[in-house]
Amino acid sequence: MTRVFIPLDSFAVACGADEIAEEFELLNTERGLSLDIVRNGSRGMAWLEPLIEVETNDGRIAYGPVEPGEVASLIDAGILSGGEHEKRIGKVEEHPFFARQIRMTFKRCGVTDPLSLDDYKAHGGLKGLERAIDIGPEAVVAEVTESGLRGRGGAGFPTGIKWKTVAGAEGARKYIVANADEGDSGTFADRMIMEGDPYCLIEGMAIAGVATGATKGYIYLRSEYPVAIDVMNEAIRRAREAGVLGAAMLGSAHAFDIEVRVGAGAYVCGEETSLLDSLEGKRGQVRFKPPLPAIQGLFGMPTVINNVISLASTPEILAQGAQAYKELGMGRSRGTIPIQIGGNVKHGGLLEVPFGLTLGEIVEDLCGGTASGRPVRAVQVGGPLGAYFPVSLFDTPFDYEAFAAKDGLIGHAGVVIFDDTVDMMSQARFAFEFCAIESCGKCTPCRVGAVRGYETMKKIMDGERPAENLAVIEDLCNTMKFGSLCALGGFTPYPVVSAMRHFPEDFHGTPMSVAAE
Amino acid sequence: MAAHAIYDADEAAEIIGSLKGLEGPLLPILHALQERFGHISDEAVRQIAGELNLTRAEVYGVVTFYHDFHKEPHGRHVLKVCRAEACQAAGSDAVADALEKALGIKFGETTGDGQVTLEAVYCLGLCATAPSAMLDRRIVGRLNEAKIGKLVEETRL
Repeated sequence: MTRVFIPLDSFAVACGADEIAEEFELLNTERGLSLDIVRNGSRGMAWLEPLIEVETNDGRIAYGPVEPGEVASLIDAGILSGGEHEKRIGKVEEHPFFARQIRMTFKRCGVTDPLSLDDYKAHGGLKGLERAIDIGPEAVVAEVTESGLRGRGGAGFPTGIKWKTVAGAEGARKYIVANADEGDSGTFADRMIMEGDPYCLIEGMAIAGVATGATKGYIYLRSEYPVAIDVMNEAIRRAREAGVLGAAMLGSAHAFDIEVRVGAGAYVCGEETSLLDSLEGKRGQVRFKPPLPAIQGLFGMPTVINNVISLASTPEILAQGAQAYKELGMGRSRGTIPIQIGGNVKHGGLLEVPFGLTLGEIVEDLCGGTASGRPVRAVQVGGPLGAYFPVSLFDTPFDYEAFAAKDGLIGHAGVVIFDDTVDMMSQARFAFEFCAIESCGKCTPCRVGAVRGYETMKKIMDGERPAENLAVIEDLCNTMKFGSLCALGGFTPYPVVSAMRHFPEDFHGTPMSVAAE
Repeated sequence: MAAHAIYDADEAAEIIGSLKGLEGPLLPILHALQERFGHISDEAVRQIAGELNLTRAEVYGVVTFYHDFHKEPHGRHVLKVCRAEACQAAGSDAVADALEKALGIKFGETTGDGQVTLEAVYCLGLCATAPSAMLDRRIVGRLNEAKIGKLVEETRL
């Protein structure tokens, strides 16, 4: 029996993995190869997807990117015994992209069969939840607080403190909500963990349940992720069947169950309070804070709402202890961060590394610059609401505070690379356009500001009084930044102002006042 | 691609009935009705409002808030093309132009024969295999001229 791993991850599926799996199945029958075909998650080396791995006496040997139609020739070349081929990558762990990573949250992703609970347990799964049940709610909250874990959705709020607030809040019932509305362009970490190691998110939510006394969890999963929806639903079904979820979680006194709710294409629902409104069946409009969701969240009850990666990081923290996690990282950014690199990139994908690598190390050393081979001109970090960084800022270390000091943000740790053909004025205009399309409409700075910003930017592009109109943009950005209810309107100025500041030559050669700083 | 049924009040009532016990049932109901009947008609809005004891305005407000729900029938296929930054960096504007030309429609429109609706989507999470698109429920990455041609062919089926 030879085990062959073919990812079911969206990267691989979008590039033909399902067809490749069918070819393997067919040849398996036709030639009597006795193959055990496993659909695994992605190892994160997206440029090599579909990345097929063959289990040999010498370990797992990878080949990629495999294309539909070439399976027979690969088998003929002897890949089932790890044979030479131009697409032979060798062992994934020895690949330079992989070797520098420290995988904690993603340690199983791509290694195991995502839907096999046995596989999950064999690779250290459920140890965190077992320990959580063992040490009890207060100790769990203390452990997560001690680890220094901060919200991976972008705000960077300490997870332990959020949990503590919910644990201490009074309510007829409490909820754990996983924010899987990963709408930021350039991000796919949530998707990859849900497709590649769904039990890890389930375990993280269950741990949060133990910590806070919540008994019901919701995963608000965007409709643009069909594969993740299927995998997550199946994993929950199996977890229930195995007693990992249910009235007596792992045989303990804790009850906890999870339900997937599919979003409906509204970007703003990634904002936590509009997500809660959407879950309640309303228009996904942002709520005023206070009250905090931790006190009055879903249906007015105390609610932990965390990003998928925050939750998925906790099983390992509980299993290994806070100290092991805390030792990694820099400054107040502790532990590891799954950095996602996309756009015009040579070696794009997901890197889980401790905080502290510089932007230049990530973009140039690990990812090899652009796919087009042209010079990198700009990178946008943190999604559509993140700042554009020029190459001159490539010495910025990946750390919440270091990015804030350069007027940027880490966000959900997506990095999008642009080469020198990019027109930064178009990108700035797009930031307004996107905000106008996705604004929930509740507050005026965002609802009206985005439209006015788009119109004004268009005027500048048409050469209409550029200097005056740039001053209007600057003023407008100020209003949006300080007057908007949530990050959509409040952070749209980041890409706009950073583009104007760092690339003034694209704005019809009329640098504005901020550009002179 | 799903073949959509003609709206049937009894069947709709059954779908609504099976989901109305959920906490916050409106989105799951809208998804289920749209999957079955292709769009959310005025009749459906009226029926949901009645079943959930909401005003029609409340249901209408929710339907029109979300990009996924639509009040008019779409084409037999829906082709969503990612227009967000990561795909832009990898040349998605040219992909979008090529698709508009090949299909003879603009974004947000449906072909005259009702075969396909072309829509923009902001991120499919395929940012490292950009540019990308989704035809019905099938995702496609690393779009190039050949793959675009194949997608267009598929929309005609």
